[in-house]
Amino acid sequence: MTRKITYQQAINEALAQEMRRDPTVVVFGEDVAGGMGTDQEKDAWGGVLGVTKGLWPEFPDRVLDTPISESAYIGAAAGAASAGLRPVAELMFVDFMGVCFDQIFNQAAKFRYMFGGKAETPMVIRTMYGAGIRAASQHSQSLYPLFTHIPGLKVVLPSTPYDAKGLLIQAIRDNDPVIFFEHKVLYTMQGEVPEEAYVVPFGEAAVVREGDDVTIVALGRMVHMAAEAADTLAAEGVSCEVIDPRTTSPLDEETILESVERTGRLVVVDEAGPRCGMAADIASLVATRAFEFLRAPIRTVTPPHTPVPFSPVLEDVYVPDAACVTEAVRSVTVRQFT
Amino acid sequence: MTADLQAASDVLTRQDLLRYYRVMRTVREFEERLHIEFATGEIPGFVHLYAGEEAIAAGVCANLRDDDYIASTHRGHGHAIAKGCDVRGMMAEIYGKATGICRGKGGSMHIADLAVGMLGANGIVGGGPPLVCGVGLKARVTGTDQVAVSFTGDGGSNQGTFLESLNLAAVWNLPTIFVVENNGYAEATSPMFHQAGIEIAKRADGFGLPGAVVDGHDFFAVYEATREAVERARSGGGPSLIECKVLRYYGHFEGDQQTYRDPDEVPDARANKDCLLLFERRVTGDGLVGADELRAIDGEIATLIDEAVAEAKRAPEPALDAVLADVYVSY
Repeated sequence: MTRKITYQQAINEALAQEMRRDPTVVVFGEDVAGGMGTDQEKDAWGGVLGVTKGLWPEFPDRVLDTPISESAYIGAAAGAASAGLRPVAELMFVDFMGVCFDQIFNQAAKFRYMFGGKAETPMVIRTMYGAGIRAASQHSQSLYPLFTHIPGLKVVLPSTPYDAKGLLIQAIRDNDPVIFFEHKVLYTMQGEVPEEAYVVPFGEAAVVREGDDVTIVALGRMVHMAAEAADTLAAEGVSCEVIDPRTTSPLDEETILESVERTGRLVVVDEAGPRCGMAADIASLVATRAFEFLRAPIRTVTPPHTPVPFSPVLEDVYVPDAACVTEAVRSVTVRQFT
Repeated sequence: MTADLQAASDVLTRQDLLRYYRVMRTVREFEERLHIEFATGEIPGFVHLYAGEEAIAAGVCANLRDDDYIASTHRGHGHAIAKGCDVRGMMAEIYGKATGICRGKGGSMHIADLAVGMLGANGIVGGGPPLVCGVGLKARVTGTDQVAVSFTGDGGSNQGTFLESLNLAAVWNLPTIFVVENNGYAEATSPMFHQAGIEIAKRADGFGLPGAVVDGHDFFAVYEATREAVERARSGGGPSLIECKVLRYYGHFEGDQQTYRDPDEVPDARANKDCLLLFERRVTGDGLVGADELRAIDGEIATLIDEAVAEAKRAPEPALDAVLADVYVSY
């Protein structure tokens, strides 16, 4: 039975269903209960954007507010996972990761390998990323390439409500540390989501649209920019295949390579920065593994190499939009190797 | 008989005393032998020796069960042995061999064995305190009476993680104990240059926790302070901080010339404050254990360490395809 719910509701539902199913799932973070100790309000916030609202009344012992101490509670997630819980820690904005990086990339990501395969660290860090709400440089970054760079972490970027629910359930059941990136602009997006629990496996890209002329690989919110561009281009007679990798680590290399081998053209659309980002990584993958199939130069569509600006006019020009993607696709269909 | 030994002797049997002596002697022999072997150049990387601090690991872990957890430091061999890690596997690990306790993937700074509650030595100063908060949370959520202890040096006590974890453990009322091994130097820097305030234990006051200062050379003092803290944690009384004042016998790492130390400091400590010496004097002086029994243990441990080193040297290197193994869990 499917019905339409929002991306935010899909995440909330995944958490609630997994907490009902598995008593070792715990949720903690800043304000995730929010107001649970006050007389007037028993479930005030549910996180700054209300994603966890309603969980505390149902699971009062397993939904815990934390001090604003990311190092301590993200490290506590790693320790709790090592000792047998399945913690889901909410790190409000990915921009705040700087203060707890050690606990993520030196502790959680390393335990299994460094301890000779004898450790499991089944934890999830849910975090919010992306530009678009005039939140400026310290609340708007798309830092998933940093985590993709670290072996031992799994990195997840749902672009739809359906994927948000299925990928989060997979993340909670997964026995590796998972960083789960939620785009703040997508929270209100509606989509069809089954009521029952289901998983979307990691490392399997979604082919959002099939096409023959150009492969567009797009990540997170950019999937929607790519789909909009594909609609525009279809009217012009250009057939775009749009691929959403859904997880950047592991990355479904085969689906991307197979598509480019058919279309001969690649455009990568990524909200992360251009230097050492996912667009550069995927372009490199195709250039090194499928170069002989290319009929045109690879194009990447990313923001410029700059912090995210505050001014609405500047932020709008910073974030790639469908027009940027359309222009990039046109350029690779016009230019062609002889 | 002093008051703390009297208190300890109420609960410690002769067998207990022999067991804790064995732990301290094993750590000492392990470390003294590593000091010699490292100088041969056969041990890869670097090692940080615990010699001189044995009473702390032994005194703390004497109060822990197998299903309790510890998180350790750079200087982790003593904690690992006291918590029950296999000594032969540890030695092979330090040599980077396939038979190592972490299959040669971790080395001295990352010795871990979750099966005995050892969450790992840690290459990051201040890395451990948040981890034990997680273990404490696990105990609380699943309703067990497990406790978790983090060992941190005086250097690590200045990391934000340490102070954040004291606060988090207090706010969440977690069954955790934060042991600070104040061994006189944060790497090469004395507290004169890195530590504000008179005692690290007093930082507990700011979080509403009990904080105790004990002589880290004295097994019985450490044992008693930990016993009290463990009882409090197991019965829902929340976290504690214990600062153990001690001296390390070797440098920050092997090969450290220790130009920052008074040359008399270690000889004086070895002659007058050595934990094994103090322990022996007290248990034999009170007639609890015979010196001959301790010498018998010394002999057994010397043999064990000889064998561990010989086995480690003979052990196979890891297979080259192990470089890719265990990045993720396999399904």
